[in-house]
Amino acid sequence: MAHFIQSLLNGLSIGSVYAIFALGYTLVFSILGIINFAHGAIFTIGAYFTYVLTGAAFGFNGVLANRSLPFGLTLVIAMIVGSLLAGFLSVIIERLAFRPLRRRGADRLLSLVSSLGVAIVAVNLIQYLVGAEIYTYKGKITGNLPSAVNFGSENTPIPIRTVQIVIFGVSCLILVLLTFMINYTKIGKALRAVSEDATTASLLGINTDRLIMFTFFLSGFLGGMAGTLVGSSVSIAGPYFGIAFGLKGLAVIVLGGLGDIPGAVVGGLVLGLAEAFVPSDYSAYKDAVAFGLLFVVLLLRPQGILGRVQVQKV
Amino acid sequence: MSDFFHAHSSVIVSMVFAAVLGLSLYLPLMAGQLSLASPGFYALGGYVAAVFSTKIFNVASGAHFPIPYLLIEMIVAAVLCGALAIIVGIPALRLRGIYLALATVAFVEILRVVSLNLKITGGAVGIFKIPQPFRSTLQYLWIALPLLILAMAFVYRLEKSRIGRAFTAIREDELAADAMGIAPTYHKVLAFTMGAILAGIVGTVSAHFLNTWNTRQGDFNASITVLAIVLIGGSRTFLGPVLGGLVLTALPEILRSVADIGGLPHWLAQFLKDGRLIIFGLLLVLCTVFFPQGIITPEFLGRVRRLFSRRPRATTADEARAAP
Repeated sequence: MAHFIQSLLNGLSIGSVYAIFALGYTLVFSILGIINFAHGAIFTIGAYFTYVLTGAAFGFNGVLANRSLPFGLTLVIAMIVGSLLAGFLSVIIERLAFRPLRRRGADRLLSLVSSLGVAIVAVNLIQYLVGAEIYTYKGKITGNLPSAVNFGSENTPIPIRTVQIVIFGVSCLILVLLTFMINYTKIGKALRAVSEDATTASLLGINTDRLIMFTFFLSGFLGGMAGTLVGSSVSIAGPYFGIAFGLKGLAVIVLGGLGDIPGAVVGGLVLGLAEAFVPSDYSAYKDAVAFGLLFVVLLLRPQGILGRVQVQKV
Repeated sequence: MSDFFHAHSSVIVSMVFAAVLGLSLYLPLMAGQLSLASPGFYALGGYVAAVFSTKIFNVASGAHFPIPYLLIEMIVAAVLCGALAIIVGIPALRLRGIYLALATVAFVEILRVVSLNLKITGGAVGIFKIPQPFRSTLQYLWIALPLLILAMAFVYRLEKSRIGRAFTAIREDELAADAMGIAPTYHKVLAFTMGAILAGIVGTVSAHFLNTWNTRQGDFNASITVLAIVLIGGSRTFLGPVLGGLVLTALPEILRSVADIGGLPHWLAQFLKDGRLIIFGLLLVLCTVFFPQGIITPEFLGRVRRLFSRRPRATTADEARAAP
């Protein structure tokens, strides 16, 4: 029982990060109908931005060996600024890799390829600049709190790392804010209108280009935030850190149904829980759970867990 | 000349392998399906060869690995990859759009995790000392070149056949093709499976060639490299992936020799040596934006053909006929 509760809580924690990360994919997909493969790279870059902003120095492997910023922010502020920077970077990527293709009305598969190209450039540029070392954040995201909280009794302790609880809290906060924004604000209404029908929305006076930029900013912000949260839970495990996470995010959005915002949240939580409940004997196969689920969903419910079947009109 | 070939023998053989691997990704693209699975099947084929040659066939150490055994491995790999492709392909290809790309990414990752953990594949270390069927590296061309030529001939004939035309119809408009009585799922799975079989066969030879085989052969980076080969080379004619494979595999060597010329600033020389994947990524972005069909397109080939023919400049009627 103790083990069950521990797995449940840990699963919810990592699942909530999957959820905010996957929302970054979903927002872009719901507007443009494309998958932004650079999202995994944004995740990595966000984590590195935060690392730099805390004033920490790089290792000795890359071109930027031993360099650091002349100032340092506390981790929480660095996290917010780093995620904002990731958002701006995402807007730049949209300008370079998506907009030219969209203007020409090119095949959607092509934007997938160009964003993949951006991801490769980004990941390898990081490796070139700062090396493939593991970086750990200087401060603690939990501040002065104890490193673990006991959820059980004295006799049957159920320790949960405080970091996991903070991550869960931050992710939930972001989810609530995002839900509010999409459902109750003007810009959220515009987002929903464009995802319903971009042409009609632009005829009704919605500036689609600006909205797409905003979506990419939001998506990049979420990706960068997810990267920092995962990085603060363990460490930044090198430039390829985000690629594996990015691939899992793809599984999450298929689980939830492509372009389905509540679906992405459910998909993230399902994946987090599924991974947490993998028996420890098979823990080596944990990374395959996401993709196994993806296949099952493709077979049984290709429209996603919450999705409805859509009829394609010619 | 012979010195040059011997000095660069392993690059030359790799170039040919890459060209065949490019064709294996070109096959599903003929039917408009973007698959990133080629390295997965390539890795699987390699594991078949590695396991068979080190654990099942007993070859005295020092002796050459018999070619018939190699052919048996190729057949086993082809059957295995084909069967797996059908299993993976049917759920992913019933759906329209990008599901295949996503499913193949998942497939490659599952395969990687599984081979990282199984005992028979040697875990993270992989399998070593795969026996050699040839005396020198360059002799691998005896098997690599026929493979490439056969694959090219197969694809060339396929494009002209009924099935090839069905692929093109699905690529241009799946709904319209469906309405015309072409079964989309059947043809998409067929294209995907043919690509998988080809990738598996290359894998078996490649495992012997590389002498050791591990999970890195089929990781995400490998997917990217193959994708770059096809999309930069050209995805509308089979010559695109072949030339793309040849040139892009030689590219790191070319960059290294350029960096060694001297007179370049230090940082640039260093970048040319270490930045191979950065350059790949940039090429991918630039190509999709500026040459969405790759460098070698049917129109490009038409222009080349006209350059060499003695006829006067082609009229517009010729061009209309040349365009598919």
